[in-house]
Amino acid sequence: MNDHGADSAPTETVTVVRNADVVAARQLVRTLAQQAGLSLVHQTKLVTAASELGRNMLLYGHGGVIRVRVTAKDSRTGVWVEFRDEGPGIENVELALTDGWTSGGGMGLGLSGARRLVDEFDLQTGPQGTTVSVIKWNR
Amino acid sequence: MSDRVPVMKIGDVLLVSIQTDLEDQTVLDLQEDLSERIVAAGARGVIIDISAVEIVDSFVGRMLATIASISRILGATTIVCGMRPAVAITLVELGLSLNGVRTALNLEQGLALLRASRPEPGVRP
Repeated sequence: MNDHGADSAPTETVTVVRNADVVAARQLVRTLAQQAGLSLVHQTKLVTAASELGRNMLLYGHGGVIRVRVTAKDSRTGVWVEFRDEGPGIENVELALTDGWTSGGGMGLGLSGARRLVDEFDLQTGPQGTTVSVIKWNR
Repeated sequence: MSDRVPVMKIGDVLLVSIQTDLEDQTVLDLQEDLSERIVAAGARGVIIDISAVEIVDSFVGRMLATIASISRILGATTIVCGMRPAVAITLVELGLSLNGVRTALNLEQGLALLRASRPEPGVRP
């Protein structure tokens, strides 16, 4: 699901090194979600997921890069967001995706909650870093 | 450097109206400011109006729950009012129940709820 590059709109990028960058990324995600025609509830879900995943990048991945673009498949339009960091990776993905489990000071809803809020969710992790990509479709 | 959220005082109620997209540091500052103001003002109630807030993620949700706990310990009741429907739907799907946080549809109902939860003067609870 990750590569929607060829037939998609231009990709916008936000480099995340501090919390204010997450706020900027949220605003960008909202703008593209509006462009893609997502309903207000779907916009809110996607932006909230972006906030969780953006914060995770800062907390566990020493920051990283968020890429956002409007994407299309069949007759649907949606928004694709990718969160890529070069942190130490997630040791136990299954555990990290469990509600209520946290390795930090959070509520343990970041990854699991974000996954529930989007339509497609893909997580790749290893010692070279973690990449989470999500899509929210318009319907 | 983050902006601080203003805390207004009306009688023995502190009113916080969050008007900006919240940064984590702003949230932490508000927690501290509010606890100090509750004590300094002898406040019995705190109303947090989030009608202008577009998203509540797990960090902000935890902040609301923490503020409610802190103010309860300091003798004040906290009511969160004005949550947008899309925010409420998202919160539930995210898995945040905001346990211990009392909510009201709007400021007016929030104030009414505070009045109702207060014991009559001279009557022991």
